[in-house]
Amino acid sequence: MFTKGTKRKFSDPGEEPASSGDPGPAAPSAAARTLSSSYSLQRQSLLDMSLIKLQLCHMLVEPNLCRSVLIANTVRQIQEEMTQDGTWHIMTQALAAAQCPADRLVATEVLCRQTDAAAQAGQSPKPFSVVGLQEGYHSEEVVMEGDVETEVTMSSLSPLSPQLSSASYLTGPFEVGPCWEEEDEEEEEGDCEENEEEDSEGCLSDGEERDQDHLNADSRTGEKVFGTFEIKHPASPPDPALEELFSDVDPSYYDLDTVLTGTPKMGPYDLLESLSSHGPTALSSSSSCRSDLNELDHIMEIIVGS
Amino acid sequence: MGEDTDATPTLNHHGFLPDHNYVTEADIISTVEFNHTGELLATGDKGGRVVIFQREPESQTEPFSQGEYNVYSTFQSHEPEFDYLKSLEIEEKINKIRWLPQQNAAHFLLSTNDKTVKLWKVSERDKRPEGYNLKDEEGRIKDLSTVTSLQVPVLKPVDLMVEVSPRRVFANAHTYHINSISVNSDYETYMSADDLRINLWHLDITDRSFNIVDIKPANMEDLTEVITAAEFHPHHCNLFVYSSSKGTLRLCDMREAALCDKHSKLFEEPEDPSAHSFFSEIISSVSDVKFSHSGRYLLTRDYLTAKVWDLNMESKPLETYQVHDYLRSKLCSLYENDCIFDKFECAWNGSDSVIMTGAYNNFFRMFDRNTKRDVTLEASRESSKPRAVLKPRRVCAAGGKRRKDDISVDSLDFTKKILHTAWHPTENIIAIAATNNLYIFQDKLSSEMH
Repeated sequence: MFTKGTKRKFSDPGEEPASSGDPGPAAPSAAARTLSSSYSLQRQSLLDMSLIKLQLCHMLVEPNLCRSVLIANTVRQIQEEMTQDGTWHIMTQALAAAQCPADRLVATEVLCRQTDAAAQAGQSPKPFSVVGLQEGYHSEEVVMEGDVETEVTMSSLSPLSPQLSSASYLTGPFEVGPCWEEEDEEEEEGDCEENEEEDSEGCLSDGEERDQDHLNADSRTGEKVFGTFEIKHPASPPDPALEELFSDVDPSYYDLDTVLTGTPKMGPYDLLESLSSHGPTALSSSSSCRSDLNELDHIMEIIVGS
Repeated sequence: MGEDTDATPTLNHHGFLPDHNYVTEADIISTVEFNHTGELLATGDKGGRVVIFQREPESQTEPFSQGEYNVYSTFQSHEPEFDYLKSLEIEEKINKIRWLPQQNAAHFLLSTNDKTVKLWKVSERDKRPEGYNLKDEEGRIKDLSTVTSLQVPVLKPVDLMVEVSPRRVFANAHTYHINSISVNSDYETYMSADDLRINLWHLDITDRSFNIVDIKPANMEDLTEVITAAEFHPHHCNLFVYSSSKGTLRLCDMREAALCDKHSKLFEEPEDPSAHSFFSEIISSVSDVKFSHSGRYLLTRDYLTAKVWDLNMESKPLETYQVHDYLRSKLCSLYENDCIFDKFECAWNGSDSVIMTGAYNNFFRMFDRNTKRDVTLEASRESSKPRAVLKPRRVCAAGGKRRKDDISVDSLDFTKKILHTAWHPTENIIAIAATNNLYIFQDKLSSEMH
């Protein structure tokens, strides 16, 4: 009734009797995973769902801030719990081991980096923060010049607390993330040039221009992970070059949106591409991660609707 | 109480097409509000229009048409705008309408969309001057040579005309989306609240407003809580309350400081740790807050419950009413389809003895605070013919014992949500907005209040 057409292999947590939408607290560590793999699976699916919701904003109208904040808080909660029972670390290993291209589901990776950094620093990770919220709403601080396309930039979700950034692989202060877009756009052809320009300008808050070069230098070293949740909505018909590039994207991915969230279809080519890259081929086959791989496989199957 | 409601549902709708399944999005009603006497009822819709209904005076000759509401005036309040700075549309949807208390022959109301509040004057004209010396009936200048005598223009009655004109436009004061407006009891000021800030305005001054609450963090990445609703106290012009997405209510006193970031009272119910889930915070988010007419109580609505708070007790609500607890086990699915973010409003009756709120499947609920009885009613064309008595409905858990006419949880239509309801200030007349239809129910059997 709620999600017509969604194939499920596990029962909807909502239909389990005497469940309050969250079957039981997580037991510590490895025991938890094997004992309540169903719970972990559902939690992971909730995490993915939440991240997708955060990215899929309405095209022309500002997204609902209250809803975004609530979803972001939910993601934070999940992240904290997963960190406590150790599954977060395992997931980050699995994802790190995979040589995924830059434009994938960024938030997960970002959170992985965060946790690694925290582990090194011996702190609990700074709760997940959605920088992107800043973008849509800081009209007094952000100047978007000469925009051609409608862009809602949910910029990269990055470890932004000062103490963490130093411990993370990013050296130097790291503030607003949208500068990372340049990484993504290097892989995209077509009308990205001017986007780079305007995004760089548009996304800089006061006093960050001095960090621009520094950050760019860092960003180019190796890790192309920090893409963004950039959602481009071309007012004009899509660039034919761009079309060609993503012509192999299965249009059925567009149904993902309706199936999962019921929100209008978006055209985030890179997002869908990133989801597809989560396929089985991208994952390592380390035995210690097998249950997680199965989980990811399973989630991917749901996503592609096979 | 509700069980005996003799309903005279009046289907007042704009743009309703014969094909039941097709709803023009612009016609979806987004707010409903009675004025202070209950004579007028205003609705706002997603297309930026306001429709005002007026209650017909009860006539002796036709007893059955006593007190029905008919369309009084329709006007376009807000137009869609485009924010060029952010490349985003500003919706023309009317988020809230609030009436000003009537001080002369004209009526005034405030209407707001996401960004701009407007003050409208609604006045009647039923006379016009006739018999000018210099102009003829069509308004053309007369040839002076034809004027042989002087006459005094007289006022002649004409068909009633309702004129609506914008008197003030309060713009450019909100970065975020306005969710509430509330007129102060001093009748001079009002407040507008968005997700992070509350501004105080003087009704006559449009180029200036005072910021009285600001919860925007220095670093937007630290944002975890937003303002969801706000209202002035009905009698004390220095007090107001605002609710948050974390389920807290803050009572603020404007005498204490210019910026009321520090609350006078904080109303929060501690969370039950055994019921904690990933959705706990979301379902605790308060979608609406209303002072009682007496000013002693607060009524709040969160996703699954409605709560009555005593202003003198901050630790927990006085009463908690389960609106649709059968959804508690469905939260994951409701999160998936975004229904968990639906913002339901709530309402008091005139004597503060009954509270009302909407639910799904075009159901709405009423709770009698004294008798502790509650009822579920449905607002739909099929189930309510004019003058028919509304039949109480019941939702049963999936697989549970089912009586005839019961609805199973799995059969509920989640696209039919009653978000906006209003109760007449003194009588038992309620207005229910069901998507693009407005239902007005009257309780004929007992005209006095419980």
